[in-house]
Amino acid sequence: MREYELVIIGGGPAGLAAAAAAHEAGLRDILILERDNELGGILNQCIHNGFGLHTFKEELTGPEYAGRFIQQVKELGIPYKLNTMVLDLAADKTVTAMNREDGLFQLHPKAVILAMGCRERPRGALSIPGCRPAGIYTAGTAQRLVNMEGYMPGRKVVILGSGDIGLIMARRMTLEGAKVQVVAELMPYSGGLKRNIVQCLDDYGIPLKLSHTVVDIEGKKRVEAITIAQVDERNRPIPGTEERYECDTLLLSCGLIPENELSRSAGVELNPITNGPTVNESLETSIPGVFAAGNVLHVHDLVDYVSEEAGAAGRHAAAYVACGCKTEEHKALPIKCENGVRYTVPVAIRPDAAGDTVTLRFRVGNVYQNKKVAVYAGDACIFSRKRPVLAPGEMETVILKTDLLTGHPEADGITVTLEEA
Amino acid sequence: MEEKNLICINCPLGCPLTVTLEGGEVKTVSGNTCPRGEAYARKELTNPTRIVTSTVKVKGGSLAMASVKTASDIPKGKIFDCVKAIQDIELPAPVTIGQVVLADVCGTGVDIVATKNVPAKG
Amino acid sequence: MVDIVIIGAGVSGCAIAREVSRYQADVLVLEREEDVCCGTSKANSAIVHAGYDAANGSLMAKLNVEGSRLMPALSKELDFAYENNGSLVVMVSEDDRPALNKLYENGVANGVEGLRIVERDELVKMEPNISDEAVAALYAPTGAIVCPFGLTFALAENAAHNGVKFQFDTEVTGIEKVDGGWKLATTQGDVEAKVVVNAAGVYADKLHNMVSEDAMTITPRRGDYFLLDHTAQGHVHNTIFQLPGKFGKGVLVAPTVHGNVIVGPTAIDIEDKEGVATTQAGLDEVRAKCGMAVKDVPLRQTITSFAGLRAHEARHEFFISEAAPGFVDCAGIESPGLSSAPAIGVMVSGIVKDILKLEENPGFDPKRRGILDPKGLDDAAHAELIKENPAYGTVVCRCETVTEGEIIDAIRRVPGARSVDGVKRRVRAGMGRCQGGFCSPRVMEILARELGVDQSAITKAGAGSELIVGVNKDAI
Repeated sequence: MREYELVIIGGGPAGLAAAAAAHEAGLRDILILERDNELGGILNQCIHNGFGLHTFKEELTGPEYAGRFIQQVKELGIPYKLNTMVLDLAADKTVTAMNREDGLFQLHPKAVILAMGCRERPRGALSIPGCRPAGIYTAGTAQRLVNMEGYMPGRKVVILGSGDIGLIMARRMTLEGAKVQVVAELMPYSGGLKRNIVQCLDDYGIPLKLSHTVVDIEGKKRVEAITIAQVDERNRPIPGTEERYECDTLLLSCGLIPENELSRSAGVELNPITNGPTVNESLETSIPGVFAAGNVLHVHDLVDYVSEEAGAAGRHAAAYVACGCKTEEHKALPIKCENGVRYTVPVAIRPDAAGDTVTLRFRVGNVYQNKKVAVYAGDACIFSRKRPVLAPGEMETVILKTDLLTGHPEADGITVTLEEA
Repeated sequence: MEEKNLICINCPLGCPLTVTLEGGEVKTVSGNTCPRGEAYARKELTNPTRIVTSTVKVKGGSLAMASVKTASDIPKGKIFDCVKAIQDIELPAPVTIGQVVLADVCGTGVDIVATKNVPAKG
Repeated sequence: MVDIVIIGAGVSGCAIAREVSRYQADVLVLEREEDVCCGTSKANSAIVHAGYDAANGSLMAKLNVEGSRLMPALSKELDFAYENNGSLVVMVSEDDRPALNKLYENGVANGVEGLRIVERDELVKMEPNISDEAVAALYAPTGAIVCPFGLTFALAENAAHNGVKFQFDTEVTGIEKVDGGWKLATTQGDVEAKVVVNAAGVYADKLHNMVSEDAMTITPRRGDYFLLDHTAQGHVHNTIFQLPGKFGKGVLVAPTVHGNVIVGPTAIDIEDKEGVATTQAGLDEVRAKCGMAVKDVPLRQTITSFAGLRAHEARHEFFISEAAPGFVDCAGIESPGLSSAPAIGVMVSGIVKDILKLEENPGFDPKRRGILDPKGLDDAAHAELIKENPAYGTVVCRCETVTEGEIIDAIRRVPGARSVDGVKRRVRAGMGRCQGGFCSPRVMEILARELGVDQSAITKAGAGSELIVGVNKDAI
């Protein structure tokens, strides 16, 4: 097996954008490893529109959005291997992978970009009591069955969780002839985008019940009924509020978890909040030369931001290889999250290693109104922006000018916080 | 004077719009971040439209289904007619993005186009 | 008329089938579900009990200790996952010392080897995550863990290899005495046998009461469990029980042979013999109790929760004997039934052999090769395997790294997997942290191809549990 300077694990939106950007930055020796039988990742099953407004200034469907990046990668002649599973990533960046044609093989790249995406939280992890019959699917599995294979997983549907995939599937199932009876959401707010509540639920008269959860699943062989109930402030079901729905299907859209098994095996440090690697401003993990981007790093709300982030990771990886794989020692400013800011990506910035700007992405832990996002270098406020509404379902982005950081050499840390507007 | 609240669905921002109407006619729109919000509000209250996405069967392709969409938005009331109209379509592979799957769906003047490349099998 | 019908393809029925295949006889196993290992055998603690618990002098005590002794050699002969990890019964109050001593003495009397009481200092060294309240524990070095599916499939496959027939989706609805044997009415027509073995788990009382005046009642005793991800591996090394005492009865925390951690069970007597639904109260009880003997149990890493039924008879004893001439009960097989299975197989086959005066089967082959798991191969052998059979190069289940080659093997076995759950229990596809989210559509595709049916006919676990209900737009 020939060696490559950069190996990208994952050929979804993050991997494709990273590959194209690394190539444009001058790195020519790149290989993408993809476990599925085509490039594009989960976008291939996201046949709804709403992708690409930032990147292409037009509204595309998932396969169209993926199609543009796939075309770019093909035009650039970047090699890729499909149906190829990476089994192990070692701390020295040895990649062990497997497929039908090449068998079991190892690669020893100079740099690696982690772009494995995320997976859905299954029923088991939610500990929903009741039977375990057929008819319980994560929204993404149902999406694959309907959109890629043309199979209907059910006809009368209850959905738990109002994440975007759940909302989108409420509409998809309805349009394909199923009856979606209700969407229950544990939290007092939806985890999905507002536009999706309007065009996926409201348009079809599907009720959204906030602060509700599933308390029982009936059915020996196939789901026969689902009971939901309202929950109190501690998310415990309130007796007497149960509502029973006869149905054959329960779809779950209860959160996404970055897939970091390989990162873990390599010894990459992970952030317990995001379940993704901790990275610096160059999207480099705790292992020099290993970068991360997209949903493996933290779950995004828009693929446009995935592409943007992955492009940056690709450029940084190219620069790392171009500089002879040396990481210079720079002062790093750790980022502290306060007042409802749950996490930031990156977790630290090295002003001397950063370009003109640094993009900070984060999410908040609750719904906030009339707040101000503020960033401090030490005690000095270097950024502030009013936000009428902030919600956990939406990722926030702040672009910091690096010279504002270098202008405060006394600062030994950065704080991102919410303040009263 | 009547007041209505809408959420703009043009982009993920989802701006909360407040619309004032008089005699069924839109007078003012506020809460929007960009001009598309105002246009959306006016249309939503007079002639709401949506882009419809779905799938059609593919014959002899590397995949069983190809995703499709209406090339632009169609009246909301025609969504189900539109889905019904493509129910029995089976496209021969290969399918290419942008290919017209069904012209002028349900008399809307809008074409159904493919959104996925599906190469022929083998 | 066949020689022997065994009703029930759980671990007891399969162990009996395998042991009886040492003799020359026509043997038919009838199972109401679509596969082996679908009842009590599929949802339990996956423990091989050392044998100190059951009352000295009971059949339960005898078969437990014998089963536990037979298990290591059997695991090699039949190639299933077994690990002798040891077990600890932890005492959390000095007040319970007499009960701990009594358990020790009972174990010694039962013939359990190597039992000793370990005090806190040693206990903490053995199990750093032991509860701060732990005072001492009964240590049983012969305690072990086993894959209950692996054990049952191994027994069934070896039985089939030696000529035993399996018939699924067949429920016995009536029994009638006929000349020279019994006539069984089933959902698939009548079957006649010289000898009938009743290994019907929670339904054993129903069958027993059809032939015997001496009525028996089996109460389904539900146990709720949590199964934790591989990331929790190493939290405990031994199987850790809490000594029932001052603070009630606890739940066990144990490693599994596949690197997970299992926590449970509850013990809730119910009426429904199919009542394997977990309840909020049951799961809450496990949550509340798991910290009694082990601290910081990482329940946040739960990948699934489930419930199983134990076939509890009020006298808490195994009932293995002829209930009527030529009708052999194997009933009341609750915990430690899994541990006892190898010994139960030997005992019941002995009874049947004596009734029918069976001759040895000279062609009996005691060996069975398990489904090849390429993860166990070195790199060169692994590469060679993929070259020989490229299906071993395609990973289907990402979480457990299960290849298409293994899934095909599982389907082609006899008795083989016919459903998504059948594949899951044989090769662990879908058993990992995503619980089949990514791989179940692929597994359905492979099943459809291998079984020569349409994908819409593929079930989760037999007829009525179809995973697909139609095609897009067929109902608009």
